[in-house]
Amino acid sequence: MNKYSGFGLLKHGLSYHENWQRAWRNPKPKAKYDVVIVGGGGHGLATAYYLAKVHGVTNIAVVEKGYLGGGNTARNTTIVRSNYLWDESAHLYEHAMKLWEGLSQDLNYNVMFSQRGVLNLGHTLQDMRDIQRRVNANRLNGIDGEVLDTQQVQEIVPIMDCSANTRYPVLGASWQPRAGVARHDAVAWGYARAADALGVDLIQQCEVDDIITEDGAAVAVHTKQHGLIKADRIGCVVAGNSSVLAKMAGFSLPLESHPLQALVSEPIKPILDTVVMSNHVHGYVSQSDKGDLVIGAGIDGYNGYGQRGSYSTIEHTVQAIIELFPIFSRVRMNRQWGGIVDTCPDACPIISDTPVENLFFNCGWGTGGFKATPGSGHVFAATLAKGEAHELAKPFSMFRFNDGSLIDEHGAAGVAH
Amino acid sequence: MFYIYCPYCQEHREEEEFHAAGQAHIARPADPDNCTDEEWGDYLYFRKNPRGLHHEMWVHAAGCRKFFNMTRDTQSYEIKEVYKMGEQPQIVSEQDSIARGTA
Repeated sequence: MNKYSGFGLLKHGLSYHENWQRAWRNPKPKAKYDVVIVGGGGHGLATAYYLAKVHGVTNIAVVEKGYLGGGNTARNTTIVRSNYLWDESAHLYEHAMKLWEGLSQDLNYNVMFSQRGVLNLGHTLQDMRDIQRRVNANRLNGIDGEVLDTQQVQEIVPIMDCSANTRYPVLGASWQPRAGVARHDAVAWGYARAADALGVDLIQQCEVDDIITEDGAAVAVHTKQHGLIKADRIGCVVAGNSSVLAKMAGFSLPLESHPLQALVSEPIKPILDTVVMSNHVHGYVSQSDKGDLVIGAGIDGYNGYGQRGSYSTIEHTVQAIIELFPIFSRVRMNRQWGGIVDTCPDACPIISDTPVENLFFNCGWGTGGFKATPGSGHVFAATLAKGEAHELAKPFSMFRFNDGSLIDEHGAAGVAH
Repeated sequence: MFYIYCPYCQEHREEEEFHAAGQAHIARPADPDNCTDEEWGDYLYFRKNPRGLHHEMWVHAAGCRKFFNMTRDTQSYEIKEVYKMGEQPQIVSEQDSIARGTA
């Protein structure tokens, strides 16, 4: 694999960029692998990469029913932060944050990670109390965070209506300066390219339609396009479709799949250099490097696999954005889409062994999985390599819903479930 | 956007008047004091979440405020039927009953 560099760019410029090598191979699957990862999104590709790089397991296949990074990886609003309340989740997301900070170098792929800071607005006294509690908890865990008052918020985002004249006035915010955004597609492509270079087989357009078990242990996946692929261990990282795969293996998960929508505006000149989120009026917005405003909506209340949601949800979101940013009232929206998020009752993920031996699930990230992509892949790789949960993944077992050790992150999750 | 028929109001109304209220026909354990942790956790948290036919509850929140049931395809979003609480669905999928756990 050629290393990407400034010099390489110059060199290829001389031949009109016609001789770039392909970023990854397109192999036929082998009959058997040490590990088969189902799902070629960011989390699945990151898992494959860290399995190969950290644990030396290179006989791996990632099977993906569509194309790499075409599911929720391509459909999120690219926000990265780690200001979660409870120790378990704060450690997990901060682990991811530290990996983000060196990711472009590590992958030799520019993921355009931009630490432009994230504001979580408070609009009520209770919001502000929760924000203070969360920021204090974050600082005790070594995660950066500050509580800002209205004036300080206004200084960071001059175009936001912070006056007392609004229906839900901005009373303050939590501010995580190290948080920001990353280019979502580049994350998937960077991991794919780096995993491929380490010998991982990325098999696209290969849909798993059954998980074969023998004596309570998973032994193979059956695929529509390539038949049986055997594996010593199987890791499922399929977000919204997790319940469907679990059902193939004969158990159920504490998940419900909902459509989550987002939309982008037409590109405009740089106007917003940070990320603004509000749980209370429910909207979040940032501006991409292309110039379009990236706006996230809430989930639709009903279960759905249709990768589209209801227009009323978009309307509510846009109302909230206009309330905060009257200046955006005449910006036209360009595109709108939905992804299928697998929401967990406690708004925390599941990184876990299952009732079926040698079968592992990494799911339940719900509305906020993108930010965790490197950390999720890193701990799930360790889980798959050793056959038991990584230290950071232990609290996220699916069996916590039977023993009662839930991790309630509805406050920090940021999107209304 | 759904156009939902409320079996109590006997009218089609817009989705915004309604709220989805989760999986239908979940029976509360008859003897909760003697449930195992597994049975209780399953009752509280584990859901069917099918890709296809699903029986779910909705509430006509900005209308008669009554709960009712709906059979809906979660892939095509087509509403197959609505029926009142206490009634059973007419339309069911083949593999509608799956018990959790293989061990």
